[in-house]
Amino acid sequence: MTTPSTPPMRWSGAYPTATREGKLRRRHAINAVMAGLVGVAAVLATLPLVVVLLYLLNRGLSSLQWHFFTNMPKPVGELGGGMANAIIGTLMLVGVASVIGLPVGIGAGLYLAEHRGSRLANTTRFLADVLNGLPSIVMGIFAWQFLVRPFGHFSAWAGGVALAAMMIPQVARTTEEIVRTVPVSLREAALALGYARWRTSLTVVLRTATAGVVTGALVAIARIAGETAPLLFTAFGNQFWSTSLNQPIAALPLQIYTYALSPYDDWHAQAWAGALVLIALILIISLVARVATRGRFATAGD
Amino acid sequence: MTGAAVSSERAGGPLERPTTPPDSDAGGRRTLRVRIQGAVIGDRIYTAAITLFALCVPVLLVLVAVEIFIAGWPALHRFGFSFLTSSAWDPVNGVFGAAPAIYGTLLSSAIALAIATPLAIGVAIFLSEFSPQWLRQPVAFLVDLLAAVPSVVYGLWGVFVLLPVLRVSVMPFLRDTLHLGVLPFFSGPAYGPSMLAAGLILSIMVLPYISSVSREVLLAVPRSQREAALALGATKWETIWGAVLPYAKSGIIGGVILGLGRALGETMAVTMLIGNRPQISASLFAPGYTMASLIANEFSEASGDLHLSALMAVGFVLFVITLIVNAIARWLVWQVSRGAGEKTA
Repeated sequence: MTTPSTPPMRWSGAYPTATREGKLRRRHAINAVMAGLVGVAAVLATLPLVVVLLYLLNRGLSSLQWHFFTNMPKPVGELGGGMANAIIGTLMLVGVASVIGLPVGIGAGLYLAEHRGSRLANTTRFLADVLNGLPSIVMGIFAWQFLVRPFGHFSAWAGGVALAAMMIPQVARTTEEIVRTVPVSLREAALALGYARWRTSLTVVLRTATAGVVTGALVAIARIAGETAPLLFTAFGNQFWSTSLNQPIAALPLQIYTYALSPYDDWHAQAWAGALVLIALILIISLVARVATRGRFATAGD
Repeated sequence: MTGAAVSSERAGGPLERPTTPPDSDAGGRRTLRVRIQGAVIGDRIYTAAITLFALCVPVLLVLVAVEIFIAGWPALHRFGFSFLTSSAWDPVNGVFGAAPAIYGTLLSSAIALAIATPLAIGVAIFLSEFSPQWLRQPVAFLVDLLAAVPSVVYGLWGVFVLLPVLRVSVMPFLRDTLHLGVLPFFSGPAYGPSMLAAGLILSIMVLPYISSVSREVLLAVPRSQREAALALGATKWETIWGAVLPYAKSGIIGGVILGLGRALGETMAVTMLIGNRPQISASLFAPGYTMASLIANEFSEASGDLHLSALMAVGFVLFVITLIVNAIARWLVWQVSRGAGEKTA
């Protein structure tokens, strides 16, 4: 069913020529104005990104020196502090989340693509979308209740699990979309050659879709790398060097949050530098993801 | 396409000539059977594994709901329905009502949507209808990148750039120069941290979600729809307004609701900019609380079990609200994309 379209087209000879031309001119004027407005909207929408990035570069670069990457946080007033522990912490948290979240997410995505019509697939797809939209703070308090409260202490584990829980639905959905774009003929060819189904899925279908799946994974990693809310009550942050998964661990977003709300100029500068490093990390991952899929799966989806 | 595994002659690899000599045919047949059985078992394991992974998603959602509900139950039980309606949030005296946080959540999200929706739809229309081809990818990429910037970075920028600007210029300008101070919305002292600040930063953060869904939906509108209107003599804008937008309407609404879901649950940037005070004020200049910022701000310093439980209960309310909002949004977007699929088929 098509929606009836009723553009105002009452100029067909019912008006004297002068009025008709006036009306036409007015309609063209409206057209031009709206085109202009839409263009302005495009400029306004891209402006915040440019402004935020310029500020980050401006304020972040001035306090971004080599020791930022190698030194530990120092007490207020002592210069030369860095975020070495937070950078390592973020990498570890992302690592833990990926180790848990990627296999589960990709597996679930394969199921969604291969059992398309089944009831479990439909339910899972819908719930994955819903789960994707859940606030990250809800994941945070869930992970606290689930993994911090029973053990009695904050831990990198809990933070990693909270982040993994956010990855799973997203990776599942992107994997599904990509796997669906693999031509059925490819699968049929493998089956006809005598490949078992599991082998067909893993070595033919999934392999064909590798670039897309990797992109989906990278996008999910970029997203969780900057998450703060799920870590507030799980990884908790740590001013000291710690690489133990059983201990509270520092993370860049947490450090930025703490420093931004502190009253010290020195820490503010560190927060800007940390934000610059974080955004650089995320932009690089996003760009790699984009380049990896350029062309091949540009029209992925439906 | 679903060739039965049993028909495959050999587990795993492609068919090869049997390497066994002809006189030991029985042995070859036995190997074949073993291989087929191997394939069947492999398939079973594979199917079981991916089914298990898929089951993780519903299980996770249920687990989140149950855990948070159990943790929040003492507070919900103690205060009953008044937990949602009472505006007293007093950890010292152990009285908890989530109304200020719920009010703040709805108000900041409303501000965000009021600003972001027209802009986002504008961008989507620009990209799908007006933009020259070479500009399309870069602009879409930039808008999508807005979603990649972490919440805490927006918060940082908001604290050091947006708040001073609001406090020094925008708020006095609105209140005094434009004399909007007579309205309750723009009255009161201009501190900086406020509903307005939270709403503004939220509008930046939800814009990419609304615009990317809108863009997809607009691109899914069939060409014939546009061509018909143009052939009738409509201008480009009349085509968009009369033929394209009505067609894409419910999908765009779905996108807006999806953005609403994001705005409701956004935590860090809002926590840093909203001022964190449990009060209900009509003024957009006044500080407030959202459900998410309330949890983020008080959770680690919760004074006692009831306070903690009340925060969990707030989390549960937030969970339920976003669940409903997201479900509606997904349903609307699906309706449209399914409709488009049928039409192109």
